[in-house]
Amino acid sequence: MYYCPGLCGKTTNLQFIYKKTNPEQKGKLISLATETERTLFFDFLPLALGDIRGFRVRFHLYTVPGQVFYAASRKLILKGVDGVIFVADSQIERMEANIESLDDLKINLAEQGYALEKLPYAIQYNKRDLPGVAPLDEMNKLLNTDGSQWYEGIATTGTGVFETLKGVAKHVLLELKKHY
Amino acid sequence: MAGSDLVMYENEFKKIDEELQKLHQQANATVVFLVDKNGQLIASAGDTQNIDTTSLASLTAGNIAATGGIARLLGEKEFSILFHEGEKDNIHISLIGQRVILVVIFDHRSSIGLVRLRIKKASEILTKIFEDISNKAEKEKVEGKTTESPFAEISDEDIDNLFK
Repeated sequence: MYYCPGLCGKTTNLQFIYKKTNPEQKGKLISLATETERTLFFDFLPLALGDIRGFRVRFHLYTVPGQVFYAASRKLILKGVDGVIFVADSQIERMEANIESLDDLKINLAEQGYALEKLPYAIQYNKRDLPGVAPLDEMNKLLNTDGSQWYEGIATTGTGVFETLKGVAKHVLLELKKHY
Repeated sequence: MAGSDLVMYENEFKKIDEELQKLHQQANATVVFLVDKNGQLIASAGDTQNIDTTSLASLTAGNIAATGGIARLLGEKEFSILFHEGEKDNIHISLIGQRVILVVIFDHRSSIGLVRLRIKKASEILTKIFEDISNKAEKEKVEGKTTESPFAEISDEDIDNLFK
């Protein structure tokens, strides 16, 4: 599950993953979006990662709509989540939106009976190529007080996109193994 | 993750598959699917070759989730049945138990009345099967008699190799 405020790069992450994944490993990228290409309900991309000891491993990647007034939809899509990637917009003027979105994530997870600190989770600090981005240690102070795994990203070019996904996916599988 | 897992063994899957095959025949449906509320396809019957079943499963679950949200706003617990009529194909979506979604796609060779009639019977049987699955898991948990983990042999290295 990719989560963040509007226009932070969730859909861009998924679009890059779709573009760069072999056809036999991916399904269709479904985007339920408005006419102006803002995510309306969710984006969905199924990925087949291969087999482990006879088990076929498939991931379903979802994004939530980031705009504030789609709050109700975000709650619904979070149900059944196994891992979360929070995509933060590194631009200084978006820091408040990042913080609000992170709080929103924690509240919505809590309503479903999840705690963010117990889920496989990583932060991607996206848009690192833009001017006026906050330094990474400042972003970590504001958005990552728990010391979770984080990655630098430029989703439009793909920098950090697969690294972030692999990090969380691995964590999801390790948790699954622990749980069973 | 913990609260929403569905673990099913082969004999249970066989019973589900048999029921879907029967429903597919008796309802004269094109395709019948069973989908987890989280969007995972559990089983299907009929000609699924030309259908993107993964996307259908995810969108169906999204549909149920969205209409569930509307239901709660209206003071309803949920809308347990959805029906969409198309020019050629129609789709009937219903909730089984609290967990599973039954999707029946049919065309002019069947009718909504026949489909609903057959679904009613199939729903009772499928609900019982899923209740049994859930009770079995709960019982094993309580008695501490969990079978050996199916993932026991998977090493951290196996997981690492997936991402090479």
